[in-house]
Amino acid sequence: MYQFNYIKAKSVEEASIALSNNPEAKILAGGMTLIPTMKQRLASPEQLIDIRQIEELKFIKLESNNIIVGSVSNHFEVYDSEIIKEHLPVLSRLAENIGDPHVRNMGTIGGSISNNDPTADYPAACLGLGAIIKTSKREIEAEEFFIGLFETSLEEDEIVTQVSFPIIKNSCYMKFPNPASRYAMAGVFVSKSDEEIRVAVTGAGENGVFRWKEMENALSNDWSVSSADSVRISSDGIMSDIHGNSDYRANLVNVMATRAVENLINEY
Amino acid sequence: MPLVEMEVNGKKMSSNVEERQLLVHFLRDDLNLTGTHVGCDTSQCGACVIHIDGHAVKSCSMLAIQANNASITTIEGLANENQLHPVQEAFKENHGLQCGFCTPGMIMAAVDLIKRKPVLNEKIVREELEGNLCRCTGYQNIVKSILAAAEKVQA
Repeated sequence: MYQFNYIKAKSVEEASIALSNNPEAKILAGGMTLIPTMKQRLASPEQLIDIRQIEELKFIKLESNNIIVGSVSNHFEVYDSEIIKEHLPVLSRLAENIGDPHVRNMGTIGGSISNNDPTADYPAACLGLGAIIKTSKREIEAEEFFIGLFETSLEEDEIVTQVSFPIIKNSCYMKFPNPASRYAMAGVFVSKSDEEIRVAVTGAGENGVFRWKEMENALSNDWSVSSADSVRISSDGIMSDIHGNSDYRANLVNVMATRAVENLINEY
Repeated sequence: MPLVEMEVNGKKMSSNVEERQLLVHFLRDDLNLTGTHVGCDTSQCGACVIHIDGHAVKSCSMLAIQANNASITTIEGLANENQLHPVQEAFKENHGLQCGFCTPGMIMAAVDLIKRKPVLNEKIVREELEGNLCRCTGYQNIVKSILAAAEKVQA
């Protein structure tokens, strides 16, 4: 690992100032992606600004019809939260299946979405539920936040502070995990509210997480398993790598989507 | 070099560390606590699992400086004088190790698991061992050991 200097921020304000003062600085939250990346010398920030222990970012609360999660809440805390288990159990289950228990004790929701790994789970939940991401500067809708491969609309000196998930009981996340890494080979998040049906796909798109509009339209016209089964995703734009080619992954996306719909129809 | 203070296995200590020093290297090289192992060094194998403020983490994927002011338990801190921890005892009784390299991480993971989920079954144990690899493939007896330890702790 290349040398860097380290500061531990006590508040979002302090972290924001440090970040805008040094364009070569990076925010460190749980570090479950950043530190391995630095060890491989794929990243070499000049400064790390540690925000993991900023108290104002560590909370999970219910506010009207939303679950609001502070950005440094780790995956175990999201899984374990009684509020989330009661009101948005899909999010608890999603967090329960990220990585492994030790990684879940460190990795954070803010880190995961800011990194926007194309195979991460949280981006699918954000897009699939229509979450609002609050930063040190503004509020961003999930659609505007996730831009591409490891790319978000965050500015250089902007820090994610919380994620607000609308409570949509009728939602399900189905993931086919890579057997080694537990990252999604294909993960499909389906939610059905009074207003709309959303289908978000992670693990498969060459540009990261995306909304699968054809499936959304088909399900809006006819909310059934056969309707889900009738739509086939094209393998154009679907990732191809050592773990599976694009045809295989596209099929996984279809299978996960159908299972999610099946699950929801059986459950509600 | 910045100063860090920690409580390691019940003893308060302070030391200067390089910012980039990983926690596992700090424990092994500076504190001479070599029970914590470096296996894969890519946060997959879990040989480096320790407890920070009561939670299991992979010490190869954390900086020593991130553990400033934390309370740390390593495999060396589990036993009480000459009395092995029930999980250590169960690994011994059930032949839960072959070469022993993964064992410190397995045991630290198991202690954390039993604390979180006192009632276990084989399926849960296998799922929870997602982050710990045994290259001897000795999982059969590792799982047996953890189940036996959980039962003993329950009793």
